[in-house]
Amino acid sequence: MELNGADIVVQFLKDEGVEYVFGYPGGSVLHIYDALFKQDDVRHILVRHEQGATHAADGYARATGKPGVCLVTSGPGATNAVTGIATAHLDSIPMVVITGQVPTAYIGSDAFQEVDSVGITRPCVKHNFLVKDVNDIAATLRKAFYIATSGRPGPVVVDIPKNTTDPGIKVPYEYPKSVEMRSYHPTDKGNARQIKKAVDLILSAKRPMLYTGGGVILSQADKQLIEFAKKLGYPVTNTLMGLGGYPGTDEQFVGMLGMHGTYEANMAMHESDVLVAIGARFDDRVTGDVKQFCPNAKIIHIDIDPSSISKNVRVDIPIVGDVKSVLNDMLKILDGAGKPDEKALSSWWNQINQWRSKDCLGFDRNSDLIKPQYVVETLYEVTGGDAYVTSDVGQHQMWAAQFYKFKSPYHWINSGGLGTMGFGLPAALGVKLAHPNADVACITGEASIQMCIQELSTALQYSLPVKVLTLNNRYMGMVRQWQEFFYESRYSHSYMEALPDFVKLAESYGHVGMRIEKPGDVEGAIREAFGMKDRLVFMDFITDKTENVYPMIAAGKAHNEMHMSPDRELS
Amino acid sequence: MRHIISMLMENESGALSRVAGLFSARGYNIESLTVAPTEDESLSRMTIVTSGSDNIIEQITKQLNKLVDVVKLADITEGMHIERELMLIKVKADDISKREELKRLSDVFRGRIIDVSDTTYIIELTGTNEKLDAFIEAIQGQDIIETVRSGVSGIARGEKSLGLTV
Repeated sequence: MELNGADIVVQFLKDEGVEYVFGYPGGSVLHIYDALFKQDDVRHILVRHEQGATHAADGYARATGKPGVCLVTSGPGATNAVTGIATAHLDSIPMVVITGQVPTAYIGSDAFQEVDSVGITRPCVKHNFLVKDVNDIAATLRKAFYIATSGRPGPVVVDIPKNTTDPGIKVPYEYPKSVEMRSYHPTDKGNARQIKKAVDLILSAKRPMLYTGGGVILSQADKQLIEFAKKLGYPVTNTLMGLGGYPGTDEQFVGMLGMHGTYEANMAMHESDVLVAIGARFDDRVTGDVKQFCPNAKIIHIDIDPSSISKNVRVDIPIVGDVKSVLNDMLKILDGAGKPDEKALSSWWNQINQWRSKDCLGFDRNSDLIKPQYVVETLYEVTGGDAYVTSDVGQHQMWAAQFYKFKSPYHWINSGGLGTMGFGLPAALGVKLAHPNADVACITGEASIQMCIQELSTALQYSLPVKVLTLNNRYMGMVRQWQEFFYESRYSHSYMEALPDFVKLAESYGHVGMRIEKPGDVEGAIREAFGMKDRLVFMDFITDKTENVYPMIAAGKAHNEMHMSPDRELS
Repeated sequence: MRHIISMLMENESGALSRVAGLFSARGYNIESLTVAPTEDESLSRMTIVTSGSDNIIEQITKQLNKLVDVVKLADITEGMHIERELMLIKVKADDISKREELKRLSDVFRGRIIDVSDTTYIIELTGTNEKLDAFIEAIQGQDIIETVRSGVSGIARGEKSLGLTV
């Protein structure tokens, strides 16, 4: 089959099984847009800003496990996409971003809308390519999808100069079935000897802890993790990225760990004697002070990326491999290797349950003001814990993580690594496209939502009835909280003055707006909103502006140095 | 500690900036970096001299290995190896005594005088970087006009190799 470069791009995406491309047209990609126009197989979703395209593709990827795909033009199209690419990079999300480029003859001449996209994105991609010849388009795109989705996933940028998509130049096209790269061979299978050593250590533990992260979700290893944890009866904590990898409703789940993790999770980490890190990367928000991190524990670390191992914390038994494959191997030998120490385990659980009884996530339920925690809790109840929940970044993100007990993977979608405000709404649109019949909620704040609010327009165009829950405390809440704690309440530029009327704003975009000001109205409003199956409903909850996220470990402190909410301060 | 990391990488535009970018983005030291194509045109050989604690060197090799363009990598300082650096040094040689002294020193260091003008010599010298440093030290009394050094190239001794086929 002979095709021009633009048709090759589109035909390739179809052959690759891509359902949706999130994009925004411009000069350098006009040939590709013309090719998109002539077919119906690959659906294009027109966003209102390229950042929205990347977050929507990212949300789609996180909710399906399939790569998200974006198409943007050269210059500002590419630079606008950078934040979304970096967001996907830090959370290891598979994504392929096609950026248009000026014609090869103009590269380097400061041409109109020219930017060195490969150079700008290099530090925030898994890999990137500049295609210089129409004959290379298909093979390069194939490599891009392979790299994005294999090993530790991540975003890949393919920069395509306009002349290589010239409609007048046709070359033979065939979908490249296999991809051969001598320099890229991710390790999936863990070393058997290390696995045996790890299992022996795990069974010898007196105070074990399973600490699991986003790797469990990326590797689709939730079933293996549940079986593993159930066989052992050990406590499980999740990182922010790992929520849903283990059911949040299970009694062995002790909550999230880290800066805003539960008292029981952090104390158990600190006191553990064997720590099993599974697809987690010892991020500073998780470890706190690395010198005081799990001071008495032998550490086992399962990760597909060798560079994650012993990067921040030295580990005793590293296992490089895909989490699912390694857990399967461990499960195979677990029964024959012995039994956990029941007596030690039972006294360990007694200790953990004592920590648990502090009820560290408790909040004032008699307030006249809407408590943000209550909104999330009510959302959980109304949706039966089955909604896909996206969030932006800040206090609301932490409350969402603490109070929505995720039962299964792919349901909690947030920018954990980069912490990108503006992520939640466009991500929710990508999720809704992937799961049109599911409830999709975006928990956000009045500051974050304004960073990508233009995507309300995209939601209308493609009939994506997500529900937006804005926890409106008239502050950049997390900034305000840090200023209260660490800057003697000097609230420097964290107050959101001149807020729009979100109800009218939602209405002007063609959606339903609600303002909820009393605790008694919260549940009714959420029920009403989720009852409107085919409307996007924007709920503006006017919440207690002084509420803080607890517990909290200050940056650089140890797991046993938690601040509790004032009414629960430890004696 | 000082380490010499030797790499085979895809001979593609951008490969060098991926390596250089990695070092600057993660705050690693580069003492020297050399790169040139090999007998296989599709591959470049790069030698990086860096320094850092064991943890840092471990991270550097892991991060470099992670780059998709890197085909093979070895820290050749872990075993027996040979390292060489080329230096071209232009010095003032405008009277007989200077010219004789420079010739003598250059012979002692097994260097060669490869360019002669009325007032200057260019001396070519190969060796470990300590040897090149020592030569500069030795001619410190003379007027050095210009030096240019290639950076270190290294190779493992014996049958060990970074080649793809072995």
